[in-house]
Amino acid sequence: MMNWFRTSALLRAKGVMGINRRNAEYTLPHNPRNCYPLVDDKILTKQLAAKAGVAVPELYGVIEIQQQVRALPQLLAKFRDFVVKPARGSQGDGIIVVTGRSRTLYRAADGSLLDDHEMCFHVSNILSGVYSLGGQTDKALIEYRVNFDPVFEAITYRGVPDVRIIVFRGVPVMAMVRLPTRLSGGKANLHQGAIGTGVDMATGRTLTAVWRTEIVSEHPDTGNPVSGVQIPHWDTLIELAARSYELTGLGYQGIDIVLDRDKGPLILELNARPGLAIQIANQAGLGTRLEIAERELPRLRTVADRVAFARERFAHAGPSTGPASDEARAVVQQAPIVLGE
Amino acid sequence: MKRVHLYLLAGILAAIGIGVFFHKFFVLGFPLKPEERTDVWRVEVQLQFEAAGGPVKASLFVPYRTGDLAIVDQSFVSPGYGIVTEPQPGHGMRAAYSIREARGTQAVYYRAVIQPARVRDEVSRAPTPVLQPPELEGAQRIAAEGVVGAARQRSSDAATLASLIVKWLKEAPRGGEAAFLLGPQPTPRRIAMVAAQLIQFAAIPARVVNGIALAPERRDAQFTHWLEFYADGRWQELYINESHRAPPHQLLAWWRGSVPFAEITGGSELHYTIATSRSYELATRTALSQQRALERKLVEFSLFGLPLQSQALFRTLLVIPVGILLLVVLRNIVGLKTFGTFMPVLIALAFRQTGLAWGILFFCTVVGLGLAARFYLEQLKLLLVPRLAAVVIVVILIIAMLTVLSFKLGLERGLSIGLFPIVIMTMTIERMTVVWEERGAREALEQGLGSLVVGTLCYLVMNLRIVEHLFFVFPELLLAVLAVTLLIGRYSGYRLTELYRFRVLAR
Repeated sequence: MMNWFRTSALLRAKGVMGINRRNAEYTLPHNPRNCYPLVDDKILTKQLAAKAGVAVPELYGVIEIQQQVRALPQLLAKFRDFVVKPARGSQGDGIIVVTGRSRTLYRAADGSLLDDHEMCFHVSNILSGVYSLGGQTDKALIEYRVNFDPVFEAITYRGVPDVRIIVFRGVPVMAMVRLPTRLSGGKANLHQGAIGTGVDMATGRTLTAVWRTEIVSEHPDTGNPVSGVQIPHWDTLIELAARSYELTGLGYQGIDIVLDRDKGPLILELNARPGLAIQIANQAGLGTRLEIAERELPRLRTVADRVAFARERFAHAGPSTGPASDEARAVVQQAPIVLGE
Repeated sequence: MKRVHLYLLAGILAAIGIGVFFHKFFVLGFPLKPEERTDVWRVEVQLQFEAAGGPVKASLFVPYRTGDLAIVDQSFVSPGYGIVTEPQPGHGMRAAYSIREARGTQAVYYRAVIQPARVRDEVSRAPTPVLQPPELEGAQRIAAEGVVGAARQRSSDAATLASLIVKWLKEAPRGGEAAFLLGPQPTPRRIAMVAAQLIQFAAIPARVVNGIALAPERRDAQFTHWLEFYADGRWQELYINESHRAPPHQLLAWWRGSVPFAEITGGSELHYTIATSRSYELATRTALSQQRALERKLVEFSLFGLPLQSQALFRTLLVIPVGILLLVVLRNIVGLKTFGTFMPVLIALAFRQTGLAWGILFFCTVVGLGLAARFYLEQLKLLLVPRLAAVVIVVILIIAMLTVLSFKLGLERGLSIGLFPIVIMTMTIERMTVVWEERGAREALEQGLGSLVVGTLCYLVMNLRIVEHLFFVFPELLLAVLAVTLLIGRYSGYRLTELYRFRVLAR
């Protein structure tokens, strides 16, 4: 019991945000309900992004009704690799990444093989709402499969790594890179066993990494160091994040960006209720950063202002590679948060 | 601003709820504990007759001026009959069942629930009765004068005079004046009637009271008779059979005078049977039925004003918010994961019927077998709605099978398994399969176990007698529950499970 209070006090001192606080103080007041469909339906998100000139993975096709499922093999025949996902899915459920073919079979990212029949059944399931929030009927998207930037090749086990940035009223506050593992079955979802590494907002270099609940310095499957990796196009990424507020009108959202080898950063999806594991990956509390951002908001008028503010105030203070040592952590705590002034 | 608004609202709600609660407890004396029980009697009269084919009017007396007993509920059951109750001055209350046309054997019913009254039904509130001395002539008059004269000489007041007359009538030696007045082989009713006449002859208002002795489980209760005489400004009882006075005998006064119990026009062969039974009930009802006018209104517009059957429903309904509050705490403050928002509360409701151990066993068996069936169906690649329908059917089959099996094994508890929420179970199985496939068995079992744990805790709280009693007697406490729920709605602290989840950050 005492231990709980102590833990609670320590977490509060670090500004760690719990799910209740996220809902009560951020998502509920800052995310107007009428904006939710824009991010909950990935087709709408895509259209929106395309209109605003933001790059997204190309849409190959949409299956809206059961009848169209029969034509699915024909549609897919044109593409060697693609992604099938529910338009209203959550937490990466129901996504199949097809990386290639083996005769008539589709080869999925997790190594399994599917035939036409199984693929059609999966799409039928998507349509009937198995993966959608609240179980309403849904649509299935078939889109471009991202050929991710080789920078992450060494630290990814199958699947597509992505960069998640939390944006509060246009200010990017925290970021992490999510790296699929064997455990996560190729999915970039921390719940399912993907690695999350914190990101230095100033430089875009990865910090410490967390896998499940422990801090790791190497990818468990490839054995390569996951810290200190420079995310390419960081300037573009952070700017994309800052602009996403005007795109959706959601005050508190998570933006998932993938880095394509050829096409650069692409917005994969937006999330109106982004998870809190990012705090573990960054070894930092969201609460503190959100409070700082809220205080300074009136001063930040343009996208450039917000980006500059984020890079300045949310920069990582300690050594940017490997798990921070106790000494380094002490330095972090003593050092003023404001760097680069 | 929002916070102040919320605190204000929660404060007002809690204040009203707790205020009314305290008023009912301290001022009106509602019992806080369910243990305070009292006898409750149920009386049922069946009136049977052959209708001639035309308009029928059957009437019977209903209990009236019942003294130490209070009628807390009464109902008239009679298909197609209209019912009118009309007071019969000097006799009591008569209920008339009438119908335009009826043929053949007819049966109408009267039912009453009776409890010991805390406050006596004051007979003295009735106006002072007018003395109606019997008109006796000749030998009867002389005999009556003899008995009354002798009794008057040996008594000091109305009470002793009356009891002396009754005593002599009961003993009545052959050839004496009393025996002459009673006639050959007098029934207790005849004794009561003659005694009433003699007491009136002595210028004391008196009457016969017809009633029944309340006994546990009597199928055919008979009317018994005693006397009431008016002295010192109130009616006093006088029993022919002294043993009636003893505590185990509870006499329910029904009507007064020597008129018949039931009458019929338009029919024949009138029979009646009276059944009595005893059950225990909360003292609450007694407390309730005894309030003064204004408080009576308060009570009338409470749950106690409802028929017994609806009350039973509300006993269950009113504990659901308690379970839901616990669910909110477990989900938002502790942070347990469950399938479906309110599924655990529904499971807890089902547990109330099956009992905890059986409930958990049944739940696990049904969900386990259901999951197995669902995994098999997965291979067939069915569309969602038919697949769900198939799982519903399988779940019902499993439940039927388990019921038959447990019945054959002599486990009566198994029969109540049918009350499990089938559709909810099906959705649980479906969600569990999806979670199982998408996030692995661990997560699925974790959530399944979470649901079961929350359901069990909800059951344990909802099944506490004190909780059921408190919320039924003091439903205003729900306002306090609502206030707490609203406050939790703005709780932004950590969940207990988050302390574990973020423990790396607390180092």
